[in-house]
Amino acid sequence: MVAFYGTELSSRLMLGTAQYPSPAVLAEAFRRSGAGIATLSLRREAGGDQAGADFWALVRDLGVRVLPNTAGCHSAREAVTTAQMARELFGTPWIKLEVIGHADTLQPDPFALVEAARILTDDGFQVFPYTTEDVVLADRLLAAGCEVLMPWGAPIGTGLGLTNIYGLRTLRAQFPDVPMVVDAGLGLPSQAAMAMEMGFDAVLLNTAVARAGDPAAMAEGFAKAVAAGRLAHEADPMEPRDMAAPSTPVIGRAFL
Amino acid sequence: MTGPVTVTGAGVAGLCVATELAARGVSVTLRDRAARPGPHGCSWWAGGMLAPFCEGETAEEPVVRLGREAAGWWARQGVPVIRNGTLVLALGRDRHEITRFARRTTGHRALDRDALARLEPDLAGRFDGALHFPDEAHITPRAALATLHDRLVDQGATLDASPAAPSGITVDCRGLEARDTLPDLRGVKGEMIVLHTPEVTLHRPVRLLHPRFPLYIVPRGDGVFMLGATQIESGERGRPTVRSVLELLTAAYALHPAFAEAAVLEIGTDARPAFPDNLPRIRRRGATIHVNGLFRHGFLLAPALARMTADLICDNKNPEVMDEDHGER
Repeated sequence: MVAFYGTELSSRLMLGTAQYPSPAVLAEAFRRSGAGIATLSLRREAGGDQAGADFWALVRDLGVRVLPNTAGCHSAREAVTTAQMARELFGTPWIKLEVIGHADTLQPDPFALVEAARILTDDGFQVFPYTTEDVVLADRLLAAGCEVLMPWGAPIGTGLGLTNIYGLRTLRAQFPDVPMVVDAGLGLPSQAAMAMEMGFDAVLLNTAVARAGDPAAMAEGFAKAVAAGRLAHEADPMEPRDMAAPSTPVIGRAFL
Repeated sequence: MTGPVTVTGAGVAGLCVATELAARGVSVTLRDRAARPGPHGCSWWAGGMLAPFCEGETAEEPVVRLGREAAGWWARQGVPVIRNGTLVLALGRDRHEITRFARRTTGHRALDRDALARLEPDLAGRFDGALHFPDEAHITPRAALATLHDRLVDQGATLDASPAAPSGITVDCRGLEARDTLPDLRGVKGEMIVLHTPEVTLHRPVRLLHPRFPLYIVPRGDGVFMLGATQIESGERGRPTVRSVLELLTAAYALHPAFAEAAVLEIGTDARPAFPDNLPRIRRRGATIHVNGLFRHGFLLAPALARMTADLICDNKNPEVMDEDHGER
């Protein structure tokens, strides 16, 4: 079991809800993956008069916990307003905080992120910040009241996997007790497995599943990889070494 | 002999159903709150691409199969159908998107730089390669709607703008307005822009693949181009947003920089009616037959749905897309 802000979840896979061929395919992907959390964007869909309500109802019907996000927000103020709307709509203090700093790569704006995180936690939100692997930024986010971190694997939608393994390892090692979710940039189940083997608590992805030829099959593939990676982490893997290590002595040869 | 039928809603679905029924000798009354097809129906804002193979990238199998009826049907109604196919392109760093698109669709051939230049000289040198879907076509939606409407009038169909309750069989083609009785219908917002420039000539719809902002541009002739379309999970029917307009115009500019000096003739938006699997449905409830959920495939699928609806009414033949039947025999 993994816990975020005191809420225990049996699945360590979170899925986004954008870009699927249809809501029916989205529902099938959730069913086959057993994902425990659905993220949902509001900024663009809300419109003038809660015009996105039909789709939100479909996401609620998935029967999983909804984690609204502030995707598409480019300033702290925009993100705070969107978070407040999300809390009203979904009756949850949870918010995945995204503040985009670079329109092309959708890289987070670290300064606005910390600012928005502080405002939101002061207001009673439980913030899941979408961040980079930067350790100093992580420290500031924790100081701002975040109790979960969501470092990226690679920029959103790239499917490049874990592009800075050293950075992610460092982050994990620096804050061993903070629940961390690798969010964004994963393209293949093997990359999700690797994140789990490294000791991250969960992964969140969207494009890799939604844009696969068979999203439901890909979702199931990710679920299995996440479970495998977690098992490996819990099993305390062997340390790699440079030469073969015979498990029984080789008679008559010099031991190295 | 089939009795008189009332069709409510004069968008693409209603007009096609009425046309198909009239062609089979049924007396048709077409009810719509406006006298002519207009901006109150989402087909007014459509692209008019008859591109079943391209749609197969994300749409389910019935869309590809049923959509193949569309071009012939529209031509038989006297609507000018331009059969120059569809061109699919991607900008430099998104080149791999072409490979993915090709893998998930059929009915295409690969074009190299020279073949693309021969097909669309104005795009010469701008793209390394493309996909051509030669068997696809396009029409001009507003003209096509007007053609169907005028032909129905000529054939003696009754047009009725009164809200009076009809008697006899009713085919409900009200699109998103029918949410009052079809709760699983939702709106998917789309925004479009119409541009004019004499500096660019294209002979066929062009789809520009981009991981975040897929765009198509349909030439309407005389330097007019329609850019479409966003796809947002929202039932909002007005209010095109700055972000959507930026995305559409940026993509057009990337396709050809001469669009920078094009005149913006129109910015439009509406919401498409869709069911959860984005496939259309026919539902019979008593004397009412619902034809709805055509999503982004109005002009592509309305002919097949009209045929099935007429088969149901005239020959009692069950449509393959009927998921609910509480009819009176």
